[in-house]
This record gives sequence, structure tokens and C-alpha cells, in this order.
Amino acid sequence: MIPGTFEYHAPSTVDEAIRLLGEYRDEAKLLAGGHSLLPMMKLRFAEPGHLIDLNRVQALKGIREQGGMIHIGAMTTENELIASELLRKKCPLIPEAARLIADPQVRNCGTIGGDIAHGDPGNDHPAIMLATEASFVLRGRGGERVVPADGFFLGTYSTELKADEILTEIRVASVPAGTGYAYCKLKRKTGDFATAAAAVQLQLDGKTCKKIVIALTNAGPTALKAKEAAAVLTGKTVDDKLIEQAAQKAMAICDPAEDLRGDREYKTHMAGEMTRRAIRQALARAQGK
Amino acid sequence: MATTAEAVEREQKLQGVGCSRRRKEDARFIQGKGTYVDDIKLPGMLFGSIVRSPYAHARIKSINKAKALAVPGVVAVLTADDLKPVNLHWMPTLGGDVQAVLADKKVCFQMQEVAMVLATDRYAAADGVAQVEVEYDELPAIVDPHKSMAPGAPVIREDIADKKEVGHGPRTHPNHIFTWEAGDKAGTDAVFANAPVTVREEILNPRVHPCPMETCGCVASFDKVAGQLTVYLTSQAPHLVRTVVAMLSGIPESKIRLVGGDIGGGFGNKVPVYPGYVVAIVASIVTGVPIKWIESRIENLSTTGFARDYHGIGELAADKDGRIQALRFTALADHGAFNSHVSATKFPAGLFSICTGSYAIPKAYCRVDAVYTNKAPGGVAYRCSLRVTEAVYLIERMIDILAQKLNIDKAEIRRRNFVKAEQFPYTTALGWTLDSGNYRAALDKVLKAVNYEALRKEQAEKRARGELMGIGISTFTEIVGAGPNKACDILGISLFDSCDIRVNPTGSAIARLGTMSQGQGHATTYAQIIATELGLSSDEIQIEEGDTDKAPYGAGTWGSRSTPVGGAAAAVAARKVKAKAQKIAAHLLEVAEGDLEWDVDRFKVKGNPSQAKTMKEIAMAAHTSNIPDGMEKGLDGSEYYDPPNMTYPFGAYLCVVDIDRFTGETKVRRFYALDDCGTRINPMIIEGQIHGGLTEAYAVAMGQQLVFDSGGNILSNSLMDYFVPTAVETPKWETDYTVTPSPHHPIGAKGVAESPHVGGIPCFSNAVVDAFAHLGVTHMDMPHSAFNVWKTIHKLGLDKHA
Amino acid sequence: MAKKPISFMLNGRKVETLVEPRELLIHVIREQLNQTGSHIGCETSHCGACTVDLNGRSVKSCTVLAVQAEGGTVLTVEGLPKNGTLHPLQEAFTQEHGLQCGYCTPGMLVRAYRFLQENPNPTEEQIRFGMSGNLCRCTGYMNIVKAVQSAAKKMQAAGGK
Repeated sequence: MIPGTFEYHAPSTVDEAIRLLGEYRDEAKLLAGGHSLLPMMKLRFAEPGHLIDLNRVQALKGIREQGGMIHIGAMTTENELIASELLRKKCPLIPEAARLIADPQVRNCGTIGGDIAHGDPGNDHPAIMLATEASFVLRGRGGERVVPADGFFLGTYSTELKADEILTEIRVASVPAGTGYAYCKLKRKTGDFATAAAAVQLQLDGKTCKKIVIALTNAGPTALKAKEAAAVLTGKTVDDKLIEQAAQKAMAICDPAEDLRGDREYKTHMAGEMTRRAIRQALARAQGK
Repeated sequence: MATTAEAVEREQKLQGVGCSRRRKEDARFIQGKGTYVDDIKLPGMLFGSIVRSPYAHARIKSINKAKALAVPGVVAVLTADDLKPVNLHWMPTLGGDVQAVLADKKVCFQMQEVAMVLATDRYAAADGVAQVEVEYDELPAIVDPHKSMAPGAPVIREDIADKKEVGHGPRTHPNHIFTWEAGDKAGTDAVFANAPVTVREEILNPRVHPCPMETCGCVASFDKVAGQLTVYLTSQAPHLVRTVVAMLSGIPESKIRLVGGDIGGGFGNKVPVYPGYVVAIVASIVTGVPIKWIESRIENLSTTGFARDYHGIGELAADKDGRIQALRFTALADHGAFNSHVSATKFPAGLFSICTGSYAIPKAYCRVDAVYTNKAPGGVAYRCSLRVTEAVYLIERMIDILAQKLNIDKAEIRRRNFVKAEQFPYTTALGWTLDSGNYRAALDKVLKAVNYEALRKEQAEKRARGELMGIGISTFTEIVGAGPNKACDILGISLFDSCDIRVNPTGSAIARLGTMSQGQGHATTYAQIIATELGLSSDEIQIEEGDTDKAPYGAGTWGSRSTPVGGAAAAVAARKVKAKAQKIAAHLLEVAEGDLEWDVDRFKVKGNPSQAKTMKEIAMAAHTSNIPDGMEKGLDGSEYYDPPNMTYPFGAYLCVVDIDRFTGETKVRRFYALDDCGTRINPMIIEGQIHGGLTEAYAVAMGQQLVFDSGGNILSNSLMDYFVPTAVETPKWETDYTVTPSPHHPIGAKGVAESPHVGGIPCFSNAVVDAFAHLGVTHMDMPHSAFNVWKTIHKLGLDKHA
Repeated sequence: MAKKPISFMLNGRKVETLVEPRELLIHVIREQLNQTGSHIGCETSHCGACTVDLNGRSVKSCTVLAVQAEGGTVLTVEGLPKNGTLHPLQEAFTQEHGLQCGYCTPGMLVRAYRFLQENPNPTEEQIRFGMSGNLCRCTGYMNIVKAVQSAAKKMQAAGGK
């Protein structure tokens, strides 16, 4: 219940935060929403000597559109994602997923950047980032780079983010009109991590599925992009048989950890079932139903 | 019963029995002004935090306090060695066993108490705990109770290895606690041997935990100068605990004050005496300052009184029409490492022998074998009425299993077996005399309300389409109100309860009782009972409980005993007051006592109703010279009530579920709960208890379990994994009632708060199994999580996509 | 560890105190500032008994560092009444029997307060979802939902206070 001692820093600029990260290196942890880190610290599973609180860095907040891309500040909270008219219109998969994360109070603190950077395979945004083909702006002492979400997640609690870098912004394309999307998340109760979840974003061309991206949450050591599953449907008229094939392909890449939510068999089957449901729901939305 | 309109109006003003009046205790809670134990701050108070074992079974090689003592703010580190001089490193439990207060030489369950760090605040205490160095030698752990009594099994309780019994009869193995049985074994076996139909099923009642929103804790304060010990603590039975503390500490009981203030939920979790309390008390005596100990949620789920963990075998023998001829239930009870739960002396397995349920079963036998394992101690808790949850779960599951075997409708088979209304009072084959009931009427009312035939028709249609819909029925009889002197006691102390009423001159009153509310609304409901008896407004009757300096001795609140025993005491005490008041009224009105009749709030002269004296007027007179010669002044009444019998609330519940055949998720479409608790004191409060008990039943049936791995590591000990439903998952409850008063209770009331839990759990379970009954499934163990249900679905091949 | 001074508005009054960076807001509110209405029910940020209103948002104060409240505005259950008059939610909870042991109640009230600010005319489903960060063991939630509905009606009628 009580964290160990630490020094607390509340920078007001990104540069200051990076400088602090550089100064304290392994001893430091970034504090975003705090609802993954602080519980770990309260149980003394994490005992950083320095906390760098990003909540006062205004530059990390805000959602804006620029040249067909939505720029989301990494410190945007889940509730801010849900409330965003811009996202609702231009990338609805993101607020859809945010609504399924945690509970109202936690959503006031938890951030999209924190959810992504933590590297927890149970977090929801990574799969959403894969499904929306987002990219991340990473800034460190050496400067800024933009990396695609696909390839960012390396393993459990392990991402492309270097020790001296901060994820500052998420960039995602405005979706074309008529885009279908869905995030189907099976959980034991409201606020739980996914037993399994599937994110789908697709565009139709008449009856043909022109493009589809499928990604899975908590079905492996990281969020998984189900490429072969998507390939089954790309360029085809989606029917039950193809949806079933896609689900099977999605299940084939699953490598979930066993826990009290289920064993590997159950979680894999549920990843398949969530894939089916997400494809159907995305399809229905694309068809205006 | 008031008859004229004017009298009815006066009666309504009293807000007595039957009135859904607002609660009197709410004002402080809605303003955040409750006094829970962690709200208490005393000058000089230190904070105690416990060092716990990471291993389920291990020897302690060494404990090094040096680093911890060097932490700024840490004042002391107590271990078993520090408790030995006062012989408190072990303590007797309410179950007839002994329990380690701080582990001496070995630990027997994961998170067992090893040391307590005392510090100036909780932050320093936590730092101190992190610095205590304990060296362990791990031992093999027993996690499966079926392995506890295997030859050569590791001995868990070396401290009692030579003891031939641990409070409840002979032991056959070092890990055996007791074997308890009831009924006619030979007669029952004979019926089974010849019965036309028998059913048998292995039925698990998994280990769960009451998880009240407030964890356990205390502030112990020993005043060296006065030699007075005061302990504020989360206790559902402050007087019993005070007596235990007196026995343990040697401090005279008259110098011990226990205060149960506001308690944030109990549900049986706050009955046992926990090591934290004992160490805090010793620490306060030794240091001379108050010591606060408040456990965390993980500590609460891992170490305090769990519930159930009964591995049952149910058997019924019946004729071809489903009439049960005999019942044979056995259970292997996993008590954890110490037998610590409250046990009435002759009932180490609680009231398990109520397992004949609502049915007239001629022959019965039950047996419980209790064993130790390397898990936290406990067993009786969680709205269980002392193992009644275990008993009712078994009979309600088994009667469904019998129905399925004989292809008899699950409502019909119950009707065929019910104790009939005219058979009450009915003594069961296992010796309980059910006081009153009308089971048939209750079930019929429910079936009509939900249109049962239509539901079965719908189910048949859905089954034809491959959909999973289940209908669960539970017709349960509860046994509460512990208890009659002749039947039960705890550590020899009878389970009476008490009420002490004082009416003051200006006509308001204060009543103190030996029970202990943890949210049940006693400040309101007891006032309502007394209001109706005395004709004073319940607004003007103050109720006090929990301070052992003020309240008369009682056994506390657990097993739904407050209304049956405390409520009875309140009514009888009030009647004593009323009897004296009648004498004073007669004196004031200059008539004979027999010339008076009672009218809501006053005595009137028969035939001359304008001649009357209200209770208020009498109250003033009682303190003046206006009373009969030789009569004592004042208007008091006091009763220590020894109930003549337990009470037997009952109910009929029906649940409709729809199961997603691809994920295993169960949606509760409808839950209809009819309860009969006899006279209804405050219908609003009753309904609230039903809602709460059903929600806890839903949690137990659908997701709660304390899970251990094979090494004895507890896996589900935080709210991340221990299923406590939110407002989103929780179904909507429909409540209904019938009223069959208890013939022996002064106001006919039976108690109700545990009924929804006892009756609700099997109702959910029966519904889930019923969804698969057409495919030959007879039983599925709880919890019916999506994962568990899916295993059945998948095995049956129901989740294939075309 | 040296303590730093922090100050913030608590229930309309400025408070100043010294805290270690690691001190949780719930502990500072309860123990240094002696407002014991907000409660602790777990340590994994699930139960919501510690819910307060920080800078106009419901947060679980057991998962917020006190230093993070610096310069901010905090509302706890003690701050709900106005000029000695109970908030409609407090009235409604007692009217509808939305509490039993009272332990989760302050968190429920403070959360419901902000919820109704955000959604003054909610459906039942929205109430259940909006209150899903607050656990209760006693009531089964039905009467809590009724209380929030009742308060919402009253507040709408009174012009949304």
C-alpha cells in the first residue's frame, strides 16, 4: 500500500523531462496517468529513485488535425479521447476502445501514451494503434523520430522506446468516409484487462473488402497484428466462410499467457471469437447499419 | 392493530414495525462523518504493520530485526519471542483450536503473520516491514485437502501433533481436525440399498471470501495508570471478544473496553480474533501508547476468515415419483492451517445438518471430515448462517439432479417433497424443528409471477435452435438466530442476547443491545420494534450497540441472529417497561390494571376512552411521586433473551439465464426472489438486504474463488482477480414476499439478511446447469465464470461455427 | 526524505501542508487534513472508496500523489453540502436507501456528483456505467441507481445545481 521513497520532478516542458531522464537514467521512471506505475510502486514491485511527472507538460496534451493526420498528445487521457468530437469523426476506433478501458475515474488519469509505452500486452491501445496503422513520435536527447506502431512492440514490457526517449505524440490517419471499425473485448467484468480482444478497421469498395487490418490484445507477449487473417478478407466479398477462415488464422498466431482469465486454449478460442465479432461489427458499420 | 382512522394516524406517526422509514444512522454516513476504526486517531499512537511469510509451509531459521530497527520512525519489531513472556504467541480460537499469533519456528500458510513492525506512521512501518530479514527453509505444502490425510503426508501442525483431539472428538491423523456426523447412518444406508432410484454427485463449494469494503483493523490503547485496556476494532461480537481478551491477557474483564463503532461491512469476516488484534494489544501494553493496525486488501483476502471450501458428495434415494426417501451427504472440509472459525461447541460443522432443506425426508445422515491444509484458516463466514450455505447448496443441487434423472419438472419435484404447511412445527430427520413455513405457497407465487410455463416453453424452443437458456429454482429453508441454550454455545458461553431500555422523564428512550450492526440498520429497526411496543416514536428511541462498557452482554451479529434474538430481547424488555407503565397508568387514572386497554400509544379506560394516559405522560410520572406505593422510580426494562428455538426463514427464488455458447458468458435475464422472514419490521431495509445478499450470491456463483497453485501460493488475492461485481454486471433484482410469522418469536420475526445469499447461490448454479440439462449435464462446479462454462460448452462441441 | 510544502483548495478552503513525494493524496486528506470521509478499500485502484473530485474530475485519490494536487482544487464528501444544506444526492441516498454500512458511500456520492455534472439526465445504463469505478458489497447497487436518478430529477427541476 505504501511506495518506497523517491524524488519527484514535475517538468513543464518535454526538453526538461528528457534532461531529467538523461540525468537519472535507470533510476528514473516517467509518470503518466500513474494507474499502472503507482499500483506497482505501492506493492513495491517497482522502486524507482526518481519519478518524472509528465502531467504538467502542456505540450503533450491536445488533439488536432493537420494535413489528413490526427495528432494526439501522448498525455491525452482516456476520457479526453472519448470526449473528442474530432476522433469520433475521424478515427472512431480510438474512442471506442477507450470506453472499454478501466473505469471512469481511472480514465480521467490514464493516458494513451502511457498505455502504449508501458508494453503491457494486456493494454488496449497497442492493438488499436496496429489496426489504425498509427505511428509514434519519440523524442530523446538525440532528437525526434517517428516510428510505425507495427514493429514498436517487442515483447512483454519491452518496446522500441529507448531509455532516454519520451513518446510525445501519436499520429494516425483520418479515416475515409464509410470506414468500418470495431473493438470487441471479452472481459470478466467492467474494468478488467481483456481475456482476449480484437480490433478491426476496414474499408469497403462496393461489396468488396478493399482494405482490412486486424489486431489482437492480450493474445501474446505483445499486441499482435493478424496479417494472414486480414489477407483472407482483402479484396474479397466478406462472407461467413471467410470470416471463419480469418478467425482461424488469427487463432493460429496466438500465444497467450495463462492466468485466472483462462488457459491458452480458452484465450486462443476467444481471440478467434472476438475476431469474428469485430469483423462483423466493422462490416455492419461500413455498410451503414 | 389500530382500527379507527385517528388511531391509524397515531400509529403511522410512531414509524414502528412495518414502516419503511428512513434510516436513523444515515446522517453521519452521507456526510462522511462515520467513525470507522481507521478514522480513530489517539495521541502518541503508533502504527503496526505485519511481516508475512512468502511461503505456504516453511521452518523459520532466523529473524533479523536490525535493519528494520534502523529505519527512521520504526520504534520496535515484535516477533513470537516477544510474545512468549506473556504466553501470547499462541491464542485459543473460537473453534476450539490454537492459532499462532506470530509464527514460532514454522509458518503454515502463505502470508502468515511472522512479525509486527511498530512505527510513528504507516509509511515508516511499511519501510520497516521491507527491511525485516527472515530466513526460511521451505517445506512441501499440502494444498489439496484430499491429500491431507494420506499416509506420510507432511505434518502441518507440529504444535498439536500429539493431541488426540482439537476440541471436537478423536483425530485419526495429524492433519485431521474432527469428524462430525448427524442422523441415522445404518437406517439411511439401508434405504439406499433398497431404493428404486438413487443419485450421487460430487459437488464442490469453492473457497471464497466475504471481502467487506472495509478491511479488518483495530486501535488498541492500554492506559498504564488506570490499568485499563480499550480496543476499537472491527468486531461483529465485541462482548465475546472482550471475554476472550480477558482470558488471554489476564486483565480483569471489567477493565477491558471493546468498541465496535461504525463497521464497513462484516459478512462474517469480522467475527474471528485475528493475530493483528492480539499483537496490537500486547504492543500497547508493552509500549504504553495506542497501537493502530489496519490490514490491506491483499492481507484481508489472503489471511482473514475465508468461507466454504467444502468438497461434498451428495446422495439422494427416492421412489420413481421423485419422493425422496433418504439423504446422505458427506463433506471434506478444508479449514486451512488452524481451526479458527466460530464454532458452537456441539456443532463444529455449524448448522450443516439443516441440509434436508425444505423437504420432508424421512431418513438422513450427514458427515463432515475436517482437515488442515497449508492455507489461511477459516471456513465459516460470508453470510453463511454457519455452514447453511454449504448445506442448502447441496440439497438444492441434488434435488435438481434427481429431477433430471427422473425427467420430472424441477418445480414439481419440489412440490412433491415439501414439508406441508400443516406439518409445522416439523422436526427434520436430523433433529431441527422448523418453526413455521408455507413452502408451497411461496413457490406457487413465484412461478405465477414469472409465468413459469411460458419460460419452459421458450426454453424448449431455444433448445431446438441450439441456444442455451437455463431456469434455476431454489426453495430454501434457512436456520438462523443462534441460539437456544440447550442447542449451542461458544466456548461455553450461551448465545442469548440482551436489551436494556431506559425511558426518560420527557418520554424519549435509549436502548442498548448486545448485537453489533455492520450496516444492517439496527439503529432504525430496533427503534421500530420498541416504538410499536411502547407507543413512542422511533425517532425518539436511541439505539446503542458495540461499546462493551455500555451495552449489555450479547453474542454479537452474525448468522442473521440480531432480529431473532436481539429483536426478541428488545420486544420483551419493552413489554416489561409496558407492564410497569400499565401499573402507573392505573394508579394515575385510579382504576384497576385490568380496566385498562392499550391503544397505540396510550392506556385507555375500557368503556371510558377519554380517560387515558400516554406513554409519555407515564414516563414523566414514573420519575415523580405519582406512582403506586412501594414501586421503584424510573421506567426501565431489561431482558437477557434465551431463544426457545432457532428461526427458519425461507424463500423461493427463480433465475433465468442466457448463456453465450461461444464465450461461455452468462447473462442473468431475470431473478425473482420471494422471501418469508415472518413479521417484516422495515420493508425497505429488508429489500436492501435482499439486494445485497443476492449480489454477493451472484458474485460467489459466477466468479469468486480464492485460487491456489500447487505450491500453496494464493493467486486471486486482490481486487484485480477476486470477482467483486460492479453496477454494470450486477443483475436487477425483483423482490416479493409472503409472511409466515415465527410462532415462538415475540413479534413473529425471523431474520432475513443471509437468506438471499443462502438461497441465491444454488439458484444461479441451478440455472447454469439447467441450460445444459438437455445434453445430459448433471452438475457444473462453481464459479460459473465464462472460462469454466466454456469448458463444458467446448467439451460438448456446442461452439462450432457452421 | 525531506518533506515539501504543498497547497491546494480543499472543499473551498486553502490548505497547506508538508508531504513526502510518495505520500498518497488519500492519506494526506485523511490523516494530515483530518477529513476522514474518504475511505480506503483496496490498494490496487479498484474499489473507488477513495474517490475525490480533483480539478473537476473524479479520481481515485489512492492512486494520486499529494504533490500532484499542488495548486489544484479538491472536493471530498465533506464539501458536498452548501451552507449547511445537504446536496440533493445526499438526500437522495438516504431517501432511496442507497447505503447500508456507509463505507463506499462517500466515494459513491463524490463520483455521482461529478457524473451528474457531466451527464445531468442519464439513463439507468449510463448510471451503472458511470458508477462502475465504485464497488459496493452491501446494497447490490439498485438503490444507489435509484438515488442517482432521484437526485438527477431534483437537480434538473431546480435548474441543475
